[in-house]
Amino acid sequence: MSRIFSRIFTTDHRRLGILYLYLALAAVVVGTVLSLLMRIHRVWPDAVIPFFGVMKPEDYLALVTMHGTLMVFFVLTTAPQSGFANLVLPAQIGAQRMAFPHINAAGFWLTVVAFLVLISGGHIHGGAAISGWSMYPPLSALSASGPGQGLGVDLWLISIGIFCIAAWLSAVNMLATILAERRAGMTWSRLPMTVWGWMVASILTLLVFAVLLAAVILLFSDRHFGSSFFIPMGDMINGRVVGHGDGSPLLWLHLFWFFGHPEVYIAVLPGMGLATSLFANFCRRRVIGYRTLAGGLVAIGLLGLAVWGHHMFVSGMNPYAGTAFAMVTMAIAVPSTIEVIGWLAMLWGGGMQLRTPMLFALGFLSFFIAGGLTGPLLAQPALDAYLHNTFFVVAHFHLVMGMAGVFSVFAGIYYWFPLMTGRLMNETLGKLHFWISLIAAYGTFFPMHFAGLAGEPRHYDRLAGPAISFPSLIPVERGITFSALLLGAAQLIFLWNVYISARRGKPAEANPWRATTLEWNDGALPNRIERGPYEYEFPPDEGGLHLQWESAAKQE
Amino acid sequence: MLAASSLLEIARVAGTNIAAKVSPNVKWMPADGALHGQIVDRLMFWNLAALCAIALVGHLWLVFAVLRRRKASGNFPTAVRWGLIAAFCAMYAWMALTAQRQWAANRYTGPSLTAMHVEVVGEQFQWYFRYPGADATFGVTRSQLVDAAAGNPLGLDPRDPHSADDVVTSVLVLPAGQEVDLQLRSLDVIHGFFIPGMRLKQNTVPGQVLHIHFTPAVAGTYPILCSQVCGMGHARMQARLEVVSPADFAAWMEARVNQRERARTGETAK
Repeated sequence: MSRIFSRIFTTDHRRLGILYLYLALAAVVVGTVLSLLMRIHRVWPDAVIPFFGVMKPEDYLALVTMHGTLMVFFVLTTAPQSGFANLVLPAQIGAQRMAFPHINAAGFWLTVVAFLVLISGGHIHGGAAISGWSMYPPLSALSASGPGQGLGVDLWLISIGIFCIAAWLSAVNMLATILAERRAGMTWSRLPMTVWGWMVASILTLLVFAVLLAAVILLFSDRHFGSSFFIPMGDMINGRVVGHGDGSPLLWLHLFWFFGHPEVYIAVLPGMGLATSLFANFCRRRVIGYRTLAGGLVAIGLLGLAVWGHHMFVSGMNPYAGTAFAMVTMAIAVPSTIEVIGWLAMLWGGGMQLRTPMLFALGFLSFFIAGGLTGPLLAQPALDAYLHNTFFVVAHFHLVMGMAGVFSVFAGIYYWFPLMTGRLMNETLGKLHFWISLIAAYGTFFPMHFAGLAGEPRHYDRLAGPAISFPSLIPVERGITFSALLLGAAQLIFLWNVYISARRGKPAEANPWRATTLEWNDGALPNRIERGPYEYEFPPDEGGLHLQWESAAKQE
Repeated sequence: MLAASSLLEIARVAGTNIAAKVSPNVKWMPADGALHGQIVDRLMFWNLAALCAIALVGHLWLVFAVLRRRKASGNFPTAVRWGLIAAFCAMYAWMALTAQRQWAANRYTGPSLTAMHVEVVGEQFQWYFRYPGADATFGVTRSQLVDAAAGNPLGLDPRDPHSADDVVTSVLVLPAGQEVDLQLRSLDVIHGFFIPGMRLKQNTVPGQVLHIHFTPAVAGTYPILCSQVCGMGHARMQARLEVVSPADFAAWMEARVNQRERARTGETAK
């Protein structure tokens, strides 16, 4: 009994990493099921859905809100950042342990509490919140504004408040570990690119989750303690005047998006680092322009702190501010382009080994290009004034954040599976999983561009309204739903592969991918690291690669 | 004089319509009915064309690299890498500047002095439109006076003389070729005022009065949507914009004013 207890309430970072991945798995399963229910409802609005009956508009909005919150916070923030970093970060920098193991464990358990509080919102009277994951007030500030806006929003705020603290603790630990626990000789230019990704994401987490926590507390105070940070004078709901202070809804938008935009980078920076490592490994090439790519990740993080206003071009923000945010947003395309061109230049020489982790890293790059390119378009206020809050935006962020993020998580799981289980995942199932997912993901999200260009707004539970019914979009919507169902079904292959490979998979040798980074070293570490992370490309008589845990002198 | 200027205006609108026919537009977008729309559409077309081409080339590059089984020796040329990055920077600068000009033209400056004024009010889950009437001044509204059942959905203050001739409707009717300044408000939560056919979107924010101006050019009916989730009726919060000829607009307005007068005198008679 006590052994089970100590296994669960562990401070061992590797075990915490796996626990984070389990948590993300639970969240992604729930989030995916919710999204499939939405897709089914959009195509067959009158269908009777098990446990639901006929879906009401508020049910649909609750599903949207829960889907977004689960995916953004509990999947894309936890798995690539906390999950993988706990699993391999200390090993990659040659540290024995995390800087603050107890804070690290506390961060995980608070995340679990936040998850449970959020999920409980679906089971209470009135249902979950319906105001979308961005929770704009006054809709979210006044419980009379709709079903789910009472206890549902309270639970959402409490959950996200706890999540903020958890993310903060986890980032404090991670940043301290990277700064203070590196082995001698593990200089900035010898860090694997994943560590750069985690470091920038940790800094962003520290800065922006603090602001979100403050915003969540202010909103909670507006709801229960009579303050008016976000509720303007004379505001009325259901024929009753409720605004007695002089608050501003736009204040919430600023606070929320100051968090919300860097959050996108928190989700995708670790994946960018991982993709760089995998491209080097499976092409057996050095990283071209290591310093440029590492600097690019830092530049994306820094600029990412100053672009939040591009979510607000038509929000009522001063149009001159819109121009400034548009310019900074356009500027962030430059380091992103530098990353992509760097990767394409690495891949250009060919001769790559198309193992499953590499396929998923290539899939990540494909989505990053396809979804990222619409970024500069949406950064233009004149065009965003048409596309804002349409399905075009839904397509954009599902490709560049959702699919790129998820594919990088898959790449990480296939790649580091031997470290978790001592076995390799099945390659045939892995490739099947990859190809079906790739095609179905494009089938799901690419056509959403057309729906957005046709002017279809987000958060519509059905196409047919009093003034417009988008008849030309019905076949598109149907195709999207079928693709989404296929995409969901393909993940069963992955789950089966994890299950079967953990039990009966091919036993992995110590360094199955012949990688150079330290997490694959199973022997003693030298006192001093003397090698860079990607020293492939050496003549065969030198073994073709230089391992980071070998001393440079030994090879001479 | 008035006839001459409206003739000029119609000629101008017709001219821009012909230009709109010639300039490329995106097949999926609804037909444009606004004067500024053709520039938006042209920008959208060239942006999408450029980005699609780049996405395609990027993927061809990926496919080529995957199919290249024999590993090439040597690194990718650094000059080409930085040349590509420079080309992308130039494209981003082009995008930023072209779109910026359009944004500044639409949003930095107010409407011309001859623009007509209409107020747009969002409320869960309904759009209201208010015309200032003959005195060209909107009457004062107070949220305490809002009572839709009693025929005062916007809370017009009867003590304000300017409110007497205000016309409140649930359909937005505008004359073609006349610039209009919309002032947007919300009574309760944030809504998104979106007319796809006019290439126009602006949130309505409670506690703020926001302005956008545009010129509807092509007569017809255009759906008005809510683009910011506002509660359970969000998807049904729609209205219609009717763009009609100036003569039809005058007739419609006169009918509304008469209707209003009849309602008022009926009230006093009671």
